[in-house]
Amino acid sequence: MSQALINLAGEVVCDEIVPARAPWTHVVRAGETLRIIDLEGNQAVDFLVYSVADDAERYSAQDTIAAQQNIYLRVGAVLLSNEGAPMMTLTSTAVAYHDTIGGACSCESNTLRYGHHTKAQHACVDNFLLANADYGRNKRDIVSNVNWFMNVPVEADGALGIVDGISAPGLHLDLRAEMDVVVVVSNCPQINNPCNGFNPTPVRMIIAA
Amino acid sequence: MGEIATDSPFGARDHARAMAGTRVEAMPTLPASDAVDLPLGVTADLVIWEETLAAGGYATRRIDRGARLRLTDVRGDAHVSMLVFNADNPVERLNVADTVKVQWNAYLGEGSVVLSDMGRVMLSLLEDTSEGHDAFCGASNRRSNARRYGDGFNHGAHPNARDRFTIALAKHGLGRKDVHPCLNWFKPVHIGVDGSTAVRVGPFSPGRQVTLRAEMNVLLVLASCPHVLDPRPDYALTPVRVTAWRGPPTPSDDAIRNATPEGRRAFLNVEDYYAR
Repeated sequence: MSQALINLAGEVVCDEIVPARAPWTHVVRAGETLRIIDLEGNQAVDFLVYSVADDAERYSAQDTIAAQQNIYLRVGAVLLSNEGAPMMTLTSTAVAYHDTIGGACSCESNTLRYGHHTKAQHACVDNFLLANADYGRNKRDIVSNVNWFMNVPVEADGALGIVDGISAPGLHLDLRAEMDVVVVVSNCPQINNPCNGFNPTPVRMIIAA
Repeated sequence: MGEIATDSPFGARDHARAMAGTRVEAMPTLPASDAVDLPLGVTADLVIWEETLAAGGYATRRIDRGARLRLTDVRGDAHVSMLVFNADNPVERLNVADTVKVQWNAYLGEGSVVLSDMGRVMLSLLEDTSEGHDAFCGASNRRSNARRYGDGFNHGAHPNARDRFTIALAKHGLGRKDVHPCLNWFKPVHIGVDGSTAVRVGPFSPGRQVTLRAEMNVLLVLASCPHVLDPRPDYALTPVRVTAWRGPPTPSDDAIRNATPEGRRAFLNVEDYYAR
């Protein structure tokens, strides 16, 4: 068995490489497991989840944070919907914690964070918008997302920022779907902060049924 | 009113009309210029909205660029969740992640700005006499209120903020997809180094106030429901009074506008948006 499939039970029904900077979307049925592999290390994977049955129900960072009373996602964390229903469970992670508060980069927020010279650069929100457009969804459907493999500490005085990551090449996480969901990913193209080590790289997505 | 017969239309009319002049704590002030307790320098003719929301109440209103909005925690145990939209194009809305990320800080206070998902300042926080707020824990929903209070139905005794948002948005033709991550005023949430959230629910001293300045034409939605992490079992909450008045748009030498390079660019983006 290849290293990538270790401890992944079930039949592989999807195994795809998401190129650097690209969007990706796939349905994950209840009970299936999505494995995300950070192939080259410290690659932020921006992540939204919608219910297949009703896409007005979607991952909610705030509901997830409130329920677990913690802003980080660690093993066992349950991603809750905006109506408080479990959508996915983080059943395994080789990286200690993941981000829920940093959101997605956008052309517009890049102008604030780095300057107007970055407006033409590719950004996660553009990936989300394009991937969601195939399903008739638009910017109303973009909410605070998970950032897998991204490190956003909050200091005692509230200072926060995206800092050097704690992931490494080949590390992965597993998410079990608790309902039928559509996962929408932006393999983050950001080059102005350390979320991708200033070098966006591919990630691998495996779904086991 | 019990003595008025309501077995005919005129009787029912007289019965209804006999209610005129009833005053309760949670109601709007009309005309708004009847508002009292205004800040120094704000005359009654400038007031555009005043309304008191009781526990479980909600309100929605458009206020234009330059207007001020003051939230008053009348009795010291208020909590209000807020959505913010660009009133002229509601697909642009508050983005809590950008708000904390762009300011490099988790906490809102005097001098903070509230950012949209289009890189613009929607509100700036002119004055704040409270202990802090919360951009992380979001709105209560039917399930969370049911866990705490036994039921969370909008039609029951423990309405939840998500349903209140949904109803208010429906009155603008907006829907469930428009209930975005919100801000929670008056109940400070602190983030520990391990990422843990700790809410302080008070009660605090009465009369705490937050005064916001609209930097765009904004559509506001307010839901006065207990903080989702409020541990008290009894839907503990006291009223919030909302007062808004006209004011001039932010000048180029404004202190908040010039406080940080990120904020300066966010104000520039606003001006660029309104350029005609």
